[in-house]
Amino acid sequence: MTGAVAPPLLTVEHLTMRFGGLTAVDDLSFAAAARGITAIIGPNGAGKTTVFNCLTGFYRPSVGRLTLHRNAKDYLLEQIDGYRIARDAGVARTFQNIRLFAGMTVLENLIVAQHQKLMRASLYTVGGMLNLPGYRRAEATAIEKARGWLARTGLLDYADGTAASLPYGAQRKLEIARAMCTDPALLCLDEPAAGLNAAESAELNRLLRDIRDEHGIGILLIEHDMSVVMGISDHVVVLDYGRKIAEGPPAAVRSDPAVIKAYLGEEESEELPPDIAADLEAGARP
Amino acid sequence: MAMAAAPAQRLPWAEWMKDAALAALVTLALAIPIVGLQAIEVNATLTIRPRFGAVAIGVAVVFLGRLALRAALAAGPAWRMPLARLWAPAGRLLASNAATLGIAIIVLAIALPFLPFASRSTVTIATRVLTYVLLGWGLNVVVGLAGLLDLGYVAFYAVGAYSFALFAQWFGLSFWAALPIAGLLAAAFGFVLGFPVLRLRGDYLAIVTLGFGEIIHTVLQNWVPVTKGPAGIGDVPAPTFFGLPFQNRAPPGVTTFHQFFHLDFSPSQRIIFLYYVVLALGLLTNAFTLRLRKLPIGRAWEALREDEIACRALGINPTTTKLSAFTIGAMLAGFAGAFFATQQNFISPESFTFTESATILAIVVLGGMGSQIGVVLAATILVTLPEIARPFAEYRMLLFGAAMVAIMVWRPRGLLAQRAPSLLLRRQPRGGS
Repeated sequence: MTGAVAPPLLTVEHLTMRFGGLTAVDDLSFAAAARGITAIIGPNGAGKTTVFNCLTGFYRPSVGRLTLHRNAKDYLLEQIDGYRIARDAGVARTFQNIRLFAGMTVLENLIVAQHQKLMRASLYTVGGMLNLPGYRRAEATAIEKARGWLARTGLLDYADGTAASLPYGAQRKLEIARAMCTDPALLCLDEPAAGLNAAESAELNRLLRDIRDEHGIGILLIEHDMSVVMGISDHVVVLDYGRKIAEGPPAAVRSDPAVIKAYLGEEESEELPPDIAADLEAGARP
Repeated sequence: MAMAAAPAQRLPWAEWMKDAALAALVTLALAIPIVGLQAIEVNATLTIRPRFGAVAIGVAVVFLGRLALRAALAAGPAWRMPLARLWAPAGRLLASNAATLGIAIIVLAIALPFLPFASRSTVTIATRVLTYVLLGWGLNVVVGLAGLLDLGYVAFYAVGAYSFALFAQWFGLSFWAALPIAGLLAAAFGFVLGFPVLRLRGDYLAIVTLGFGEIIHTVLQNWVPVTKGPAGIGDVPAPTFFGLPFQNRAPPGVTTFHQFFHLDFSPSQRIIFLYYVVLALGLLTNAFTLRLRKLPIGRAWEALREDEIACRALGINPTTTKLSAFTIGAMLAGFAGAFFATQQNFISPESFTFTESATILAIVVLGGMGSQIGVVLAATILVTLPEIARPFAEYRMLLFGAAMVAIMVWRPRGLLAQRAPSLLLRRQPRGGS
């Protein structure tokens, strides 16, 4: 399973995002494979969430090409509308600050995620209004699918309560289940382990690995929790100040000096940069 | 508990006095010009009669009332909002038995014209209530479900009313033939307005819709060749009972309702018939909107109200979803407008002012956003309260305002704020495999 022959699921080429004078993402290129978990890591403010927002259509990139390969078709994500990225290209995402439909029930959250399919089955409301058998079947299928995800995430007992009443960790899981209910090709998770305790975090690792193996989709992950990143990712991309400073399998990235420098600060900070040192030497010599 | 008990030990009378004095001062400033000086006509000249005694009474009442309120609030949770404590379980009961309550209301509504206490005016008021219920349910789709604040809803009501009146005048269309056209035209207006403005959110959308309401009102006032301007359009035909008109003397060759059924002519036949027409329209609207809520489109509206960004991330097109809510809401207002025109026989721009939009919005908010029965309760209260309060003459609007303030203080999220889920897992049959 090296994935050398198959075209990558997602190809990011020369992605640059500028906000006025600030360059949040600078000439970033990487690829994410189907059946693989790709983690994007980096210190705070490195531009990770900006990459996500470009991928999912919330920002339009200043420069760059984002290609999603699905069903032998290429979708140029930087050119299509936000909602169509989710609907047609199959890029689902979760949010750093959870965005559930708080007042609706847990089950309804998962049914809303299957909107497109149900809308078509209800013949754009006309057939649903008449309660045609086709719509009833589609609704039953949608509920079964939601039930399956509720069972997998251990939320069955909460199904008919409001999403807002769930505990924090359960809300994170529900958001992942909701994203999966859209049948995505690529699942983008923005800090899924934030605020989870060790047990919940281990459970999340298991869930993500199962999703990758069973559904064969690609997972793109932003994460600070190194136990998650190192535990499950197949490929790690490290950003610092919007630039890619390292890329590779987790073990290689962990020992990369540039990464250590970005996270822990300059190791040789007492040494002056060579050009200044040379200038100083020249000044002291006359 | 301890927190509530602590201030009861040493009552901060000084602070309360200061607070009550401030309230009294505000009352004084307001009451001197409004209550204290009465303009009366003496021998054809306008003179001002001072009524400072009344001002003094008002100020004293406010001072003591404020003091009593502070004391009651400080006395602890047992005294706090007694009505709210009563209503909370009652509201839950109402919400959980919505179906039973709904059937009871429908039975009562059908029987109403034949109940012993029902006079002609009762039926007329009930017709007015039902017209507002119709409008409330329509606006509920836009505001309650989709969360789009529409301050110009009356515009679509006006489009419905005028399109029926004009089609009847120009082409002699009857009410039943014009009803769908009125709805479709109003929906078309909703679609055309919605298209450019629905990318706006919240306050901005509210301002644009407010402007649209005013534009329609101004056009009706000033486009005299078509709308006859402020003079209005009269002789709007009344609906017929399967072709049988409600008239005392019909033109030759036409059988009237009372002749056909061998009854004596009575004007209340027409009033009762109109009541049943609006009741039927209401029941249809109710069935339609309740069904919409359980369909993907209805759930998408609610999801959009909860979080538009999450909707986009799930592949829901926010523009078309909002547009559908706006268009369907406008269509329902169009039906209500056509009914209003036929019931009144006469329409003029006077009936389609911002106050009307505000009343409909108040019904939706007061009823509890998204609640069907809440709209019925709120419309009943809002329409009948001013009627019941008639004996209080000039204080009637004061009572009305106080009642609205009281409801919003006690039930800030509306009379029935509980949201019923559109589907429940525990009610679903388990799938085969």
